[in-house]
Amino acid sequence: MADNILNPTSQILTRPKAKLNLGIQWLPIGIMLVALVAIFLLVLMLGSVQIPISEVVTVLLGGEASRSTWTTIVLQVRLPKAVTAVLAGSALGVSGLMMQTFFRNPLAGPFILGISSGASLGVALVVLTAGTVGGTVLAGLGFFGDLALAGAAGLGAGLTMLIVLLIARQIRSSMTLLILGLMFGYFTSAMVSILLYFAVPERIQSYIRWTFGTFSGTTWSQLWIFVPLVVIGLIGAFILSKTLNALLLGETYARSMGLDVGRSRIAIIGITALLAGTVTAFCGPIGFVGIAVPHLARSLLGTSNHRALVPATILMGAIVALIATIVAEMPGNQIILPLNAVTSLLGAPVVIWVILRRGNVSKTFAS
Amino acid sequence: MKQIILEIHNLAIGYPKHTVATNIKQSLIAGELVCLIGPNGAGKTTLMRTLAGMLSPLAGQVSLLGDDIRKIDARTLAQRLSIVLTDRVDVGLLTGYALVAIGRHPYTDWTGSLSHDDEAMVRWAVSAVGADDLAPRPLAELSDGERQKLMIARALAQDPALMILDEPTAFLDLPRRVEVMQLLRKLARETDRAILLSTHDLDLALRHADRIWLMPKGQALTVGAPEDLVLSGAFEKAFRSEGVQFDPRTGSFRSVEQAQKEIAVVGDGVARIWTERALERAGFVITPDTDTVVYITEDGWQIKRDTLDVSIEKKSLYDVVQYLKIK
Repeated sequence: MADNILNPTSQILTRPKAKLNLGIQWLPIGIMLVALVAIFLLVLMLGSVQIPISEVVTVLLGGEASRSTWTTIVLQVRLPKAVTAVLAGSALGVSGLMMQTFFRNPLAGPFILGISSGASLGVALVVLTAGTVGGTVLAGLGFFGDLALAGAAGLGAGLTMLIVLLIARQIRSSMTLLILGLMFGYFTSAMVSILLYFAVPERIQSYIRWTFGTFSGTTWSQLWIFVPLVVIGLIGAFILSKTLNALLLGETYARSMGLDVGRSRIAIIGITALLAGTVTAFCGPIGFVGIAVPHLARSLLGTSNHRALVPATILMGAIVALIATIVAEMPGNQIILPLNAVTSLLGAPVVIWVILRRGNVSKTFAS
Repeated sequence: MKQIILEIHNLAIGYPKHTVATNIKQSLIAGELVCLIGPNGAGKTTLMRTLAGMLSPLAGQVSLLGDDIRKIDARTLAQRLSIVLTDRVDVGLLTGYALVAIGRHPYTDWTGSLSHDDEAMVRWAVSAVGADDLAPRPLAELSDGERQKLMIARALAQDPALMILDEPTAFLDLPRRVEVMQLLRKLARETDRAILLSTHDLDLALRHADRIWLMPKGQALTVGAPEDLVLSGAFEKAFRSEGVQFDPRTGSFRSVEQAQKEIAVVGDGVARIWTERALERAGFVITPDTDTVVYITEDGWQIKRDTLDVSIEKKSLYDVVQYLKIK
């Protein structure tokens, strides 16, 4: 024993299992990948018109479906929608995960720092006041309207991010930051309420429609902006895994292990804002996914290690978003439900079940 | 001569508008367990935070392995110094092993992957604190004492020259406190690190520390072997307050009773020690020169009083004390 103590390396090393060094748990990841591909194909098949899987695969492989409308539907409508859902779900899940770890709070989500509130204010300003400023009505949802909405939301989210980052550089306590984020949210919703109060009903309707959220609004040309931004954010989150692990113990311990907490905070908030802001700009404020998905990933993997959690959350977010898309479109029907309503309707019971089964939130998460 | 790990030159600690202590000169050498003791509000935490580089000194300098602690970069500092805090950390779904592995943070690259050496170090740290059986278990299932062991292992996995622990025994029951203190002493000696810890557990500190840093409120830091400080009366001075007195004979505090009566004890061994303790607690002063005597017998105690010829027999110390209290 004394020998052991004196010389750490003299110990005979019994490596339990040959672990892959990335720390990823391959079995759950594999299962989720298979599920993701299956649901992705389902999204391409289902909708107001059902398309057989063989036809979908043919189109995806570059062939022509037996009916030309099917080719158009798959390539121009459903594929962009599915890609958007995959990336939006991943982005929201990962930014929720980062916020939950950063604030050590299981109720934190991507929008906790007011990013969606900022985006809402941007959109509200454009939609509700456009008529009085420029005379053109953006409420008709043409391509220009969509892009203007995305631009307004992106600008709102970006400005919010800038303000939050500036404040984050000054403030040492993350709890203060959390409260400031909440207050900022109240402030912007108040502004939106005032705008709504004075707006004409048609404009209000357009604004409300934006708040419902959708994955169907993105065209291929928009995906050229959307995809790179989200992918950069996801890579950034993966790089931050080590930092996030150190922060599991709280900022004091993290600092004592050599982490530059100030710089890490800027990086975490910056990447969260990039991910959540981009999604909000293109899809509207999609609630719930960002809070629920990290919990699902955590209890599936049974670990808080971010090296494993980040990839799992990416996959889980994509799966959840795709399922929500299918449900929202009510296959075989012309009705389309608001996406935001569907994510919460589906997600809330699942999360309740997961947490009750675990018995305690603090066990499913660091609190 | 053992290696000097930490040197404190003319240090003044505190906050911009409030100086806590000045002119501290001390050093820590390898293999030494030092306990920082002092009443609440004396500035123990401020001193520890300053020594850990988490708080800037108001004046003076702290050097760790010869370098000014304010000038060492964060990563190198983390490789030389690790901390364990009082607050219980809830990290969620991690195993004991994964928690200790986080301690390798200052050694791993950006991916955080553990090399062979890192894993060897983690495994060594786990077994050095005797937590092999805890390593595969989820933290949520572990008791406070078991978590504390793992937190110490995590600090050890940083492979530091100096470990600073803020009240590591605060939330533990007595057997666990003794265990943690023994563990820390063993680690200091056998791995040749310096360990500085703050504690309110005077008794444990007296028994385990190689040196004690005694920090009385508003006075200079007094340093020495526990026994030296007892003999010089430094403890009595530091903790002097109404109602509590440091007893240099037992090395513990006792409450000061007003009118003390004298009593003699006849007998030997363990029974004598505990009989004296019970009587002292009841407010008696043990002295051979008195007429009231307690005899320790085969099957109990006999009390003989000056005014009476008869002796009274009692089966338990509780009864002895109760009887004497009434008289």
